[in-house]
Amino acid sequence: MSAVVIGPDDFDAAAQCAALEAMGGGAVATFTGIVRGDNGLIALQLDHYPAMTKAQVERIVAQAQARWPLLGVRVIHRVGRLEPGARIVFVGTASRHRTAALESCAFLIDWLKSHAPFWKQEHFADGSTRWVEARVEDDARAAAWNDQATSGN
Amino acid sequence: MAELSILYFAWVREMIGRDEDMVAPPPGASVADVIALLAARGGGYAQAMARPEKLRAALDQNFVALDTPIGNARELALFPPVTGG
Repeated sequence: MSAVVIGPDDFDAAAQCAALEAMGGGAVATFTGIVRGDNGLIALQLDHYPAMTKAQVERIVAQAQARWPLLGVRVIHRVGRLEPGARIVFVGTASRHRTAALESCAFLIDWLKSHAPFWKQEHFADGSTRWVEARVEDDARAAAWNDQATSGN
Repeated sequence: MAELSILYFAWVREMIGRDEDMVAPPPGASVADVIALLAARGGGYAQAMARPEKLRAALDQNFVALDTPIGNARELALFPPVTGG
C-alpha cells in the first residue's frame, strides 16, 4: 500500500492507525483534519494539481523520513466536495519513540498546508463561494521547522 | 522555441475562465515575463495577473520563484498560495 493517497474517497482513520501500530515501533502519532461548518459553510471544494500533488506530497514525506527515524508514514488527502464533519486529511507516523512520531506528524501537517498544491473553496448556504486565503501563521509554522533544522534541534 | 503549456488553478482559473493555454515564450523569458505576457491579453487575464505577488508558480511540477527562467520546461502552472491540509 502506498504511503500517500490523494483522491475523493473517505478513509478509515482507525484502520490506518492500526496499520501503523503493526509496524513494530513503540509510538504512533496521528492527525485527522475535519471540515468545520463555520459561518454558514455548507461545503469545501478541494482543488489540486493532479500531475504534481502526489509527487509533491511524497517529497514532503521523504523530508520527514530524512529528519526523523520513522518506521512508517501514511498521508491521505481528499479532494473534491466535502461537507462539514467530513474527514479531509490524515497524517500518521510510526517510530520507536514518541518524540519522532509526534514531531514528524506535526511537521507533515504543517508542510501539507503550505507546500502541497491544494486549494480550498468555501461554499455557503446563500450560494456564495470564497477561495480560502493562505494564512501567514501557517507559513510561519512551516518555516519554523526550517529554523529548528538550522539551529540543530 | 518549444510551446509551453500553462495550467491555471483556483481563482486564477476562474478569473481567466480557462484551464490551460499554450504559449511560445521568447528566449530567456522568466515566469514573471510569461505572467506579463498573459496580463497584456486583457480581460480576465489582466485581472488574474494584475498582482504577481499574489501568484505562485510551478515549472514541470516543481514550485519555483517567479524570477525563474522558463528554460526547457514544458509545463508552467500559475495559482494562488496553496491552502491544503
